[in-house]
Amino acid sequence: MTTFQIEQTPDRPAVSAEPALKFVLSSVQSDSHMWNLVALQLIMEEMGHEVVNLGACVPVGRLLEACRAERPDCLVISTINGHGHVDGARVISALRADAVLAGLPAVIGGKLGVHGDANSALEAELLALGYDAVFHVGAGDSGQAIESFREFVAANIRTLR
Amino acid sequence: MTAARSVFSAFVAEHRRRRTLVVQPRMGFSDPAAMRRGLHAVAGAGVPAVGTVTLDSYTRTGQHDLAAMSIQSGVPLNGYPLVALGPAVTAELVADLPGFPVQVRHGSAQPEDIFAVMLESGLDASEGGPVSYCLPYSSVPLRTAAKSWSRSASLLAGQAVDCHLESFGGCMLGQLCPPGLLVALSVLECLFFAEHGVRSVSASYAQQTSPEQDAEALWAMRRLCAEELSTVDHHIVLYTYMGLFPESAAGARELVAESVRLAVRTGTERLIVKTTAEAHRIPTVEENVSALRLAHATALEQPAPGAPPGETEVYAQARLLVDEVRSLAPTLTEALPAAFERGLLDVPYCLHPDNGGETRCVLDDEGRLQWWHTGRMPLPPALGGRRGHDRVSATRLLADLSYHRRRLDPVLS
Repeated sequence: MTTFQIEQTPDRPAVSAEPALKFVLSSVQSDSHMWNLVALQLIMEEMGHEVVNLGACVPVGRLLEACRAERPDCLVISTINGHGHVDGARVISALRADAVLAGLPAVIGGKLGVHGDANSALEAELLALGYDAVFHVGAGDSGQAIESFREFVAANIRTLR
Repeated sequence: MTAARSVFSAFVAEHRRRRTLVVQPRMGFSDPAAMRRGLHAVAGAGVPAVGTVTLDSYTRTGQHDLAAMSIQSGVPLNGYPLVALGPAVTAELVADLPGFPVQVRHGSAQPEDIFAVMLESGLDASEGGPVSYCLPYSSVPLRTAAKSWSRSASLLAGQAVDCHLESFGGCMLGQLCPPGLLVALSVLECLFFAEHGVRSVSASYAQQTSPEQDAEALWAMRRLCAEELSTVDHHIVLYTYMGLFPESAAGARELVAESVRLAVRTGTERLIVKTTAEAHRIPTVEENVSALRLAHATALEQPAPGAPPGETEVYAQARLLVDEVRSLAPTLTEALPAAFERGLLDVPYCLHPDNGGETRCVLDDEGRLQWWHTGRMPLPPALGGRRGHDRVSATRLLADLSYHRRRLDPVLS
């Protein structure tokens, strides 16, 4: 039990010397999956960052509103229902077309199509539309996607800030 | 008015009499030809099965224009776009399957248009609920969903046939919700349906992580239904584990088999069965049919149901929550949103804006779900209530979420 609680010990914070970033975390309008968002929030918070979690089934308009209000350092979209490449494309197109949010770093991850296998065409398309990174989760490698996301944040922490 | 029993509830009642478990897939394809092939395959599988038409995410969220665009441009959806395809196409699905029961499964917080098309297509069974299809599956305010579900349930109640409506309340977020709350939510949603005149309902429960605790929950649900829904046709439905599923075929098969044993030992009438492809993608027709056959064969090997346990913590928690919620207002349309506003009901880890979000749940060393923090829920410590002050860490949450994977998947070096 105690091993689970190390990060709560006040005199031994898990937070590193890196500056804390503020993330808006969300799914897309048609995706009702929630555990990916709950777990990702905890992981990002334990990385030392602040997370505003908008939850599942968030319409594009509300997502943009929240980004304008919260002024995050980065938008993270997590989606696993297979419509992510379509809904995720709508999100990034709206974001890049918005005068205030056009420059906001944004990444997307999860199971992006309905066929389960990693699809490099979907990934290339989402990058071309304006995502700064795509973390495709294939069968059984969600841990790898999280690691890639950690590396992305670590490598870009100064530019994100 | 005496209405005819729906094909669906008549089928379940007949198999209850024969003491055979009814099995059901979670099947939905965007292409009507594939959907039709799937229903025919289930009907012809040689097991006591009901068919399923699971709808896609756009239809679920009322974005029928997007569903229609996807059909036109040939983009596959994650389910059957019932509304965009229209009633004539759907009526065709079952045109030459007389007497074969089909349930429309959708996940919508506002299902009026779905139910309208479903009824026009000649289908008479669906599922969901004002809470269970709002909190996990939408960002629609709970009061809006409750009003919409009031209209939707009344629409079903007004038909010539006694339409069947199943509560999804026993499946909130699929995992890590303590059984006392799952049982209470499922029974409360069935009561909500009955309040609107629906005369055939089922209460659901999703397999969790402890067979003993799950059996207590199913018995508690049966007892509460008998006490509260005696004037309404009702049965119990179990879902094979809805959380993170084993990735190995052997692990997935074992978890399905465990759900079958659980269903049979508790006299549960219907089981919604998962497949070995669950962790990876949307299963094929063949994978669904072989899962149904496996479930049926496993059920035949089980001994008859045992005796129900006496007083259990699950029953006491559920009974208390049902009574407290009903005391809030004269109707459940009002009482359910009020209960969430006051934190009297609060689903752990649920991010919906109308959920309190104060409660947490963890697994204990025996794999039983335990409250970690019951927030403002009226559960005293003697009934399992707890006010944990530490937060549940990501490590522990991820370990709890992947419990069955760690238990049933082989360790890869």
